[in-house]
Amino acid sequence: MESTKTTDVEYFHKVVDCQHACPAHTPVPEYIRLIAAGKYTEAYVVNWESNVFPGVLGRTCDRPCEPACRRGRIEEEPVAICRLKRVAADFKDDITPYLPDIPLIKNGKRIALIGGGPASLTVARDLAPLGYEIHLYDENHKGGGMMRTQIPSFRLPATVLNEEVDRILDFGIHTHFNKYVGSLAEIINENYDAVFIGTGAPKGRDLHIEGREEGKASIHIGIEWLAGVAFEHIKSIKPNVIVLGGGNTAMDCCRTARRLGGENVKVVVRSPFAEMKASPWEKEDAQHEDIPILDNHVPKRFVVEGGILKGMAFEKVHAVLDENGKRQLLPTGDPEVFIEADEVLIAIGQENTFTWIERDLGIEFDKWNMPVVDPNTFVSTRTNVFFGGDAALGPKNVITAVAQGHQAAISIDLFCNGVNVNERPAPDVKFFSTKMGIHEWSYDNDISNDQRFIVPQADKAKTLKDRLKEVELGFDLQTAFKEAERCLNCDVQTIFTDDKCIECDACMDVCPTNCITFTAYAEESELRKNLSAPALNLQQDLMVSGALKTGRVMVKDEDVCLHCGLCAERCPTAAWDMKQFLYNTAKAGHTCSVAL
Amino acid sequence: MSYIKPKFHHPLLPKNNLGYTRKDYEGSISTLCAGCGHDSISAAIVEACFALNVEPHKVAKLSGIGCSSKTPAYFLQNSHGFNSVHGRMPSVATGANLANCDLVYLGVSGDGDSASIGMGQFVHVVRRNLNMVYIVMNNGCYGLTKGQDSATADRGSISKGGDATLFEGIDLCSLAIELGATFVAQSFSGDKSQLVPLIEAAMSHRGFALINVLSPCVTFNNNPGSTKSYTYVREHNEALGNIDFVPVGNEITTTYNEGESVQVTMHDGSKLRLNKIDNQWDPQDRLSIISALKTAQQKHEILTGLLYVDKDSVPLHVKLNTTETPLNQLQEDKLCPGNNRLQEINVGLR
Repeated sequence: MESTKTTDVEYFHKVVDCQHACPAHTPVPEYIRLIAAGKYTEAYVVNWESNVFPGVLGRTCDRPCEPACRRGRIEEEPVAICRLKRVAADFKDDITPYLPDIPLIKNGKRIALIGGGPASLTVARDLAPLGYEIHLYDENHKGGGMMRTQIPSFRLPATVLNEEVDRILDFGIHTHFNKYVGSLAEIINENYDAVFIGTGAPKGRDLHIEGREEGKASIHIGIEWLAGVAFEHIKSIKPNVIVLGGGNTAMDCCRTARRLGGENVKVVVRSPFAEMKASPWEKEDAQHEDIPILDNHVPKRFVVEGGILKGMAFEKVHAVLDENGKRQLLPTGDPEVFIEADEVLIAIGQENTFTWIERDLGIEFDKWNMPVVDPNTFVSTRTNVFFGGDAALGPKNVITAVAQGHQAAISIDLFCNGVNVNERPAPDVKFFSTKMGIHEWSYDNDISNDQRFIVPQADKAKTLKDRLKEVELGFDLQTAFKEAERCLNCDVQTIFTDDKCIECDACMDVCPTNCITFTAYAEESELRKNLSAPALNLQQDLMVSGALKTGRVMVKDEDVCLHCGLCAERCPTAAWDMKQFLYNTAKAGHTCSVAL
Repeated sequence: MSYIKPKFHHPLLPKNNLGYTRKDYEGSISTLCAGCGHDSISAAIVEACFALNVEPHKVAKLSGIGCSSKTPAYFLQNSHGFNSVHGRMPSVATGANLANCDLVYLGVSGDGDSASIGMGQFVHVVRRNLNMVYIVMNNGCYGLTKGQDSATADRGSISKGGDATLFEGIDLCSLAIELGATFVAQSFSGDKSQLVPLIEAAMSHRGFALINVLSPCVTFNNNPGSTKSYTYVREHNEALGNIDFVPVGNEITTTYNEGESVQVTMHDGSKLRLNKIDNQWDPQDRLSIISALKTAQQKHEILTGLLYVDKDSVPLHVKLNTTETPLNQLQEDKLCPGNNRLQEINVGLR
């Protein structure tokens, strides 16, 4: 295998597992260090630059960063990254001084954003400071999109959402609220320079089985019902409720139902419990609110008697792997299960709907009726129409919508400046040594032994009575500090300089997790077996030096490196250095070159 | 600030037959200079004890004074330890060994501790063939007192101060062989593939086992002109051949050509396989190694590997016919047989 190119920015980006896993590539260790230093405002700004909605995401993010967290590979649990983000949002001061200036004199380009959710708002945030005149259309009377209509207030208080949405709208965005766009042609005819479509996946999937029509008065589509609750059209639900589905929407539905009068709320899901799409912590929260989750139940029919919904019949199944290793749900042969219900909420998935886009505008659609969108530039087959968020590549989550919004904003800016949208600007990368003395580094390299701290919750008796009362209380500052100290600072990178090494083995001997080996050069598959500890995690790279004086190479398995800096501390020739690596994805209007 | 090793370890660390990982044989974090050869030797000791399935509580670490003698703090944190007076570790080891021969005695010393202040003790522990492993971490200078030349510095070797050594260096291996040592090896801290099996073999040897390990002092004696620098030792290292240590119960897996390989069965049944490079030399022939060492010296080569082994070695305990039961396990009537017995002995001496 070839020696690792220490000039390869993407190699080091991958080492920062959390940041790499984050769709928006938020510099996680950077803001966690700021939190540990008590700089909450700065930590918030680092987040805001990258993910636009730190307060929202600190409560509701799907947290792709946490399963990736290196800490989860050396002990039980990853760092509570998401909830630390909330700490920054909760304890920040006024961030106005950090906000970009919005030019009073515009650059003459007009952009339409359709849909007022996270993707469109991200585009607005990125383009408004560059002088674009931005028009945002949404069918509701407030911005926020699904963050407002689908995420219940007990998880995301309206004040938090309003603050982060309004901050962007205050950048001089022309809002066209209560305006449902029924025709894209109409918008295009208004001669915008570019149109961005961030209309999400607004259609809840229905369940067409026996009794659906007869029972329709008591059967609701989950996301529509949640929106009804959010806008206070729906204020109550009957005592016996079945929620169908195993995703996060189902969890939000059942917990909301508990607060609106649902006394006996059950979640019923086809798949086994472990395979449910909902995040583990959301399942836990539902169960904590006395909501049983019945898995392996396939809905057969709604039981309606005399026009009144009585309940639902289910077939019990179990998961079996077929000969191709594919999971199948086969009937167990048990008798049908009847579950009593006064109302049913269907939360079995969401779909896009593009009936409002005329098919003669040059925007190509695929066989699933999804627009053909470039996954890097988010441009459609019509050069001035861009997509982002759930509308672009199908339903994902808020953080993905934000990441796509950033990319679409770059494309729109390039397009409006007559530049090829495929000429993407490079990320902004800074690399600097953290060495301050023999045993001193500019980051805290003492590895905390603490286990993950639990976020306290408000009293259940109170939260179940008030759907606006937030359940999670967030970390207090002392706990936040301790949790922040669990971060391994993976962005402080171990940098090896071949020609300084005298092969004294000091780094190899001291490494607490046996990451470093000096060995004969071999192919990667062979090397992985020959190291001090086997390198079986193929997701994690090996850092391989060039040939050293004895002809051997230094091999470092990145997998469980604690970034404690002991290798660098025990190195007599400074062949190892701990360099902080700050990686910020490019933004619209900033074309930064890579500096190493 | 990092003076404490993180407690986390690699989740896939292999375990030995006792269920221990290498981590269980480690010690506190080293306070020696970064890059010190001694730290590599500590790591080699850890590796050897792990591989040999040594029970940590069955080891006694002994040392004198010096950088080398600090190292027992950095390995085998669950073993017994005694940090003795400068150069007097052999006396303490002798006493401990006679009192309890159930333990593995692992002496760690330096060139100052063994070849200067402790030379008198060193030569006697060699000739008495005390059952112990005696590792000399030899860097040719007094690192702890700012790097003055030590007695093992080769004549003409230049230390960091810039002056060439005026006197002949003491070659501890030649000396030990001269004094009748039964196991003599020489190695280099930067070559664990050789050092680890040598330590394993030394621990299996019944009798005095000397390993003289060239261990560069990065701070005071790693400069051009020094004959104990990483670069010099690497360039002048003449390994006598590959060494494989095969513990009891394990099968020999490597094969060497007939005539080039020597196999020595140790007292405990473990085996040493040596792949010889030099045909003039036989590890069981004292004369051949003396000649090989002299020749190497003339050619400015450093011979490393197992230099000499006497598998029929008779250790001190056997020679003195002293009890093999540790004194701490003998009852009072055995330890102190009483006045009548004393009178009988006295009568026998009249």
